[in-house]
Amino acid sequence: MRYSGLQVLKEGLFGQKGWKPVWRDPAPKSEYDIIIIGGGGHGLSTAYYLAKEHGLTNIAVLEKGYLGGGNVGRNTTIVRANYFLPGNSEFYSHSLKLWETLEQDLNYNVMHSQRGLINLFHSDGQRDAFVRRGNAMINQGDDAELLDRAGVRKHLPYLDFDNIRFPVYGGLLHRRGGTARHDAVAWGYARGADQRGVDLIQNCEVTGIDIENGKVRGVQTTRGAIRAKKVAIVTAGRSGQVAALAGMRLPIESHILQAFVTEGLKPVIDHVVSFGMGHFYISQSDKGGLVFGGDLDFYSSYASRGNLPMKEHVMDAAMTLMPIIGKAKVLRSWGGIMDMTPDGSPIIDKTDTEGLFVDCGWCYGGFKAVPGSGFSLAHLIATGNHHAPAARYRLDRFRTGYGIMDEEGKGSQHNLH
Amino acid sequence: MRLTCPVCGDRDHREFTYKGDAVMLDRPAPDAGTDAWDSYLHLRDNPCGDTRDLWYHDPCGAWVVVERNTVTHAVTGTALASEAKR
Amino acid sequence: MRLTGKGLLDQSRSVPFSFDGVAMSGVEGDTLASALLANGVRVVARSFKYHRPRGILAAGSEEPNALVTIGRGAETDPNVRATVQELYAGLDAASQNRFPSLKFDLLAVNDLAAPFLAAGFYYKTFMWPRSFWEKLYEPFIRRAAGLGALSEQHNPDRYEKAFAFCDVLVIGAGPSGLMAALTAAQAGLDVILADEDSRMGGRLLSETHEIDGKPGHVWVDEMLDTLRGMDNVRLMTRTTVTGAYDQGTYGALERVSHHRARTEGLPRECFWRIVAKRSILCAGALERPVAFPNNDRPGIMTANAVRSYLNRYGVATGQAVSIFANNDDAHRTAHDLAAAGVNIAAVIDSRADAQVSGDFPVYTGAQVIGSSGRMGLESITVRHAGGTRKIRTDCLAMSGGWNPTVHMTCHMNGRPTWREDILSFVPTPGSVPGMSVAGAANGSFSTAACLAEGAAVAAAVASDLGKKAAPAATPKAEDGAYRLAPLWMVEGKGRKWLDFQNDVHVKDIDLAARENFRSVEHMKRYTTQGMAPDQGKNSNVAALAILADATGRGIPETGTTTFRPPYVPVSIASMGAGSQGKGFAPQRLTTSHHAAVKRGAPMIEAGLWYRPSYFPRDGEKTWRESCDREVGYVRNAVGIVDASTLGKIDIQGPDAAAFLDFVYSNTFSTLKVGRARYGLMLREDGYVMDDGTTARLGENHYVMTTTTAAAGEVMRHLDWVLQGLRPDFDVQIVSVTEQWAQFAVAGPKSRELLNGLLDTPIDGESFPFMACGEVSIGGIGGRLFRISFSGEHAYEIAIPARYGESLYTLLVARAEELGGGPYGMEALNVLRIEKGFITHSEIHGRTTAFDIGMERMVSAKKDCVGKTMSERPGLKDPQREQLVGLRPVGAVKQLTAGAHLFAEKAEPVRVNDEGYITSVGYSPTLETYLGLGFLKNGRARHGERIKMVDHLRGVTAICEVCDPVAFDPEGGRVRG
Repeated sequence: MRYSGLQVLKEGLFGQKGWKPVWRDPAPKSEYDIIIIGGGGHGLSTAYYLAKEHGLTNIAVLEKGYLGGGNVGRNTTIVRANYFLPGNSEFYSHSLKLWETLEQDLNYNVMHSQRGLINLFHSDGQRDAFVRRGNAMINQGDDAELLDRAGVRKHLPYLDFDNIRFPVYGGLLHRRGGTARHDAVAWGYARGADQRGVDLIQNCEVTGIDIENGKVRGVQTTRGAIRAKKVAIVTAGRSGQVAALAGMRLPIESHILQAFVTEGLKPVIDHVVSFGMGHFYISQSDKGGLVFGGDLDFYSSYASRGNLPMKEHVMDAAMTLMPIIGKAKVLRSWGGIMDMTPDGSPIIDKTDTEGLFVDCGWCYGGFKAVPGSGFSLAHLIATGNHHAPAARYRLDRFRTGYGIMDEEGKGSQHNLH
Repeated sequence: MRLTCPVCGDRDHREFTYKGDAVMLDRPAPDAGTDAWDSYLHLRDNPCGDTRDLWYHDPCGAWVVVERNTVTHAVTGTALASEAKR
Repeated sequence: MRLTGKGLLDQSRSVPFSFDGVAMSGVEGDTLASALLANGVRVVARSFKYHRPRGILAAGSEEPNALVTIGRGAETDPNVRATVQELYAGLDAASQNRFPSLKFDLLAVNDLAAPFLAAGFYYKTFMWPRSFWEKLYEPFIRRAAGLGALSEQHNPDRYEKAFAFCDVLVIGAGPSGLMAALTAAQAGLDVILADEDSRMGGRLLSETHEIDGKPGHVWVDEMLDTLRGMDNVRLMTRTTVTGAYDQGTYGALERVSHHRARTEGLPRECFWRIVAKRSILCAGALERPVAFPNNDRPGIMTANAVRSYLNRYGVATGQAVSIFANNDDAHRTAHDLAAAGVNIAAVIDSRADAQVSGDFPVYTGAQVIGSSGRMGLESITVRHAGGTRKIRTDCLAMSGGWNPTVHMTCHMNGRPTWREDILSFVPTPGSVPGMSVAGAANGSFSTAACLAEGAAVAAAVASDLGKKAAPAATPKAEDGAYRLAPLWMVEGKGRKWLDFQNDVHVKDIDLAARENFRSVEHMKRYTTQGMAPDQGKNSNVAALAILADATGRGIPETGTTTFRPPYVPVSIASMGAGSQGKGFAPQRLTTSHHAAVKRGAPMIEAGLWYRPSYFPRDGEKTWRESCDREVGYVRNAVGIVDASTLGKIDIQGPDAAAFLDFVYSNTFSTLKVGRARYGLMLREDGYVMDDGTTARLGENHYVMTTTTAAAGEVMRHLDWVLQGLRPDFDVQIVSVTEQWAQFAVAGPKSRELLNGLLDTPIDGESFPFMACGEVSIGGIGGRLFRISFSGEHAYEIAIPARYGESLYTLLVARAEELGGGPYGMEALNVLRIEKGFITHSEIHGRTTAFDIGMERMVSAKKDCVGKTMSERPGLKDPQREQLVGLRPVGAVKQLTAGAHLFAEKAEPVRVNDEGYITSVGYSPTLETYLGLGFLKNGRARHGERIKMVDHLRGVTAICEVCDPVAFDPEGGRVRG
């Protein structure tokens, strides 16, 4: 069923009775060509692009809970392409291009809003680092503009320019950066994949991965064994556990990242804004809630919830940067489980087991990567070759030292990002 | 979250800095080979459940090995890294 | 309408306030809600989506409708629950989310369009044309959405944060909480009793039950007197415990002064971090509305709220009140109203076998199937055994049963348990370690049960904590059974509202189920059910029941969504208290800070420190003029700069030398006593972590310097190596950054200057380059290091910090006598760029010793941290970007940091990118811009012409690749 304004009007007249299920609930078949483990954003987009770009539809997406129940449904919804290291630069650039036509492609309004992203800097050194970043973005064909203090003031007059502990020197404006409605992204891809014949199977936990003679043969699940020629592990947040089913250890530690939303407020913050001297980034949702987040809680965890010190740090940063939001009230806070790699960049790769692929290590950057990751992983699964924009996301880069992508310059070992 | 520093006692976790899996205590010999070093520095069991990890108590400078659960955040024991190492 | 003599408030103490500019009057002890009701105000808000007129539903913090804005200007506080806001003289409240007025709201047109605006309609449209989303659709949606508005001015108010510790935290001061607190306190435990109300007592203040033959509130006052008299009890009113965290940590929000006109010195709120060995949740229960057609009109309220307004505030919520319930509990509403002389229009009980009697019409086995009255309830339609009947009524008290306040027990991922007998979720024991639950929060609803359970649970807690405890004697109280029949929804024409705040009704849930959003999480996210400011407190359980029905499952299998903190909304200002302005991070000041400020130096942030940028002189128009002059001091005479911000770590012990050999890539065991050496430190991953000089003061005594930025990280790292990797080393380390003030004295006249101050003069022989030793100035012991970050003959002199300011003043005065003076960070930066010295601009975390040309400093003769991983092939690849110097050689003479490097003729796009510039300065010495940067295979390309492109600043320049050392490459000056 095609969605349109006309359809909405028609259904309005007939009491909304005609809407069809957005996806089927098929029982798992005994065999598929391809099994995607994980029905989150990346898994669903992988299935969608396998079907759309490669014509492969004998595919099952196995989800242990509900579709979109992982990090795609619990993030701060920021979409951007402002990376600067080779590898990340071309990947996120490609992903953003997919975002820009996603609604029309999926026939689903994911409310991708290119409202502009401003990264603030607070010293000459930070400015030079952001200039390097901005120039890399333009070299890549994306957009970036350097704002001085007056320029920032024009866009964000509400910041505390006079009393802030770390004065605002300027900002890097990325006009094509913005936000999207996170759940809708998962649902849009799910609907698109389902319409193309992909079986989306919820409440189906993978409990084993069958490997014979170095080749993957299928999976064991809570709903029985399913054979498959190719299997992809797309379970960020649980990558280690699922990879362990195939006897693998990954360069990943799981960490908590909290996020926050306030009660609805009339529009006050029009951009996505990030603070440069503490961990705080914020935007205002179309419903009016201020949506913001900070840094990891900084201890390995699978608890999907955080503790007070990081909550307070985030509010502290908000108060020094933009004390106009002090009287906004936080309604809800939650935590996502982040696959943290040593260098802070992801992995899309084959494994030593033939037919087994991994897509993991998205750290805290997975949401904006949903289209690009699915597209590139689908390419790898379907063709056996790395998709150029994701060609550097190798599993062995830590071992060899080639192609380490440490955007933050904090290091290439755990717990520095 | 609260942790017991073996030197200072029960403290809020905001006083601590995290380092990660206690496997970091077992530094391989310089010539142990690529696999050993890759495993030491990068690959992780990343347990969903009981774990041992390393925390630095900033006020007193003690490195502490914490026995902890990554799902419930229950803490079952702490010891000085220097003693755990010996 | 206020009933004279009714309620617990002193009606003679009137309090003037205003709502939407209309002056009104309430009485002391009122909430804004009770005062508005007393003044006959019915519509207090418009709903979020359809802008339907809404009145007050509840009497506590769970209120979904009555969100108002308090105050004006910078003090504006939006989205305040009128049911929690206490009245004070001059309170200025306004309605929100309406234009132009509450009575006439243009966006009420949405309600007419409602048939087209079903759940999730926006996912299906607004997609064409593509550019219209940002330009048209989204701006419109954004403007229409939101509830209250922020003032858009900086917060003018004080907020605070605090810590508290106790043995037992009792959450909620109703009958269970009071008994729990008393029992725990009598056992000798340190108790905090927190309650979000301004007055403790919970439902006992709102019900007419007697306890031990006394009115409930009298018993409460006696209990509170007893508790106040105990040293080991802290009573915290107006304090909502908002979240449960690990190891017995709780967040709590105290509303310190919202109940009074602004008073100098008082914070608005205080956010508490309470650490408790155990906690007892006595948070009571919340009453459920019933989803009948048009159940959202102003005047339709929960039954308990009607009783609260009546019994506590002395306010009749209507002139002809009707009651609709599925349980006995609600019948007391009728009795209380009747006793107060309020006219009861009807009592409608959905249960056919209900036993209700009284001097009013009773309909059993009946349901309310509709209501009328756009701006306030006028009538209800009742379907009963005999047919349907329209009843005139201006207030309907409804009760669909009670939900125990399980929220906090779910904050650590616990899931509540369904209890079919009370048709409610109750806490699952052990959900929050250390938390017990008592009373209505635990599904025990009678007053007697609450009292007994509070005491019993506290006694058990006390005995767990090793105290001998007996439950406090349970007073006599009402012990009625709680009987109810399921009543989630009433069929009929009209929308049956669930989430009043987000305008979600039963059909939205049905639509979600039809579209296969059958998971409870999908339903929530698709319909926005439970995502409004009340977080579904009033509606989640009913919505679940309806979803369960629509999908043919039971409620327990349907499951719940997750309750997450905070329990009530918490202001950002309270959790971020103290951080507005400068409070965000500590400010570290050097001993020369005030002297530098006095000279007019702009102070810039360097980590937590402040350092002078430059020292302007009269007649200088730009910072560059000052900077150039200061560079000249150092190159031609002598300059003074405070270097105290660098980290200083004292290292002593028999294994100090071996330790340094292990943490530095180069060797320090060979360093002679009385000498200093530059050291390079790697992270274990093989990249450069930090650099600095380390001096050997004695056989087993070194002092290390780190960069300003990495001082803390290096200290942690050294502790790690000593404790985690090499506990066999006999070494002690301590940070002495704060203990020593250290100044660089740099320039050809530096020795001349020092010799005018030192008690024993030095010469080239006693103090050659890289020498160090003890010195004394006017009898004060200090340390002298002959090290240089400028390439000139230079020293750093360290003195105990208490003498720092006077030494700095002296040094500067002497420097000026010699034709020099103080210099700042700008000049320091130029001097080091001229010499090709690196800072964290170059060792930015991604560079290796190989990249910066210091590969030979990774000693082959020994192991060190980072050595093995630095030998990975990818870290030594010749194609890596390597440190180079750059000079402009084309028409454009400017270089900019952050520019990228390309072959001279190449297009500036990613695939041609060969490097970037990290540092740029104008060298007055060489009269040219100089840059440092990284270039692929750069060391082999000295002399090559390349192009730097800075798209952002619009600068393109041709440069020559050079050695990073631009000035005095032979290094003769430093040894002079």
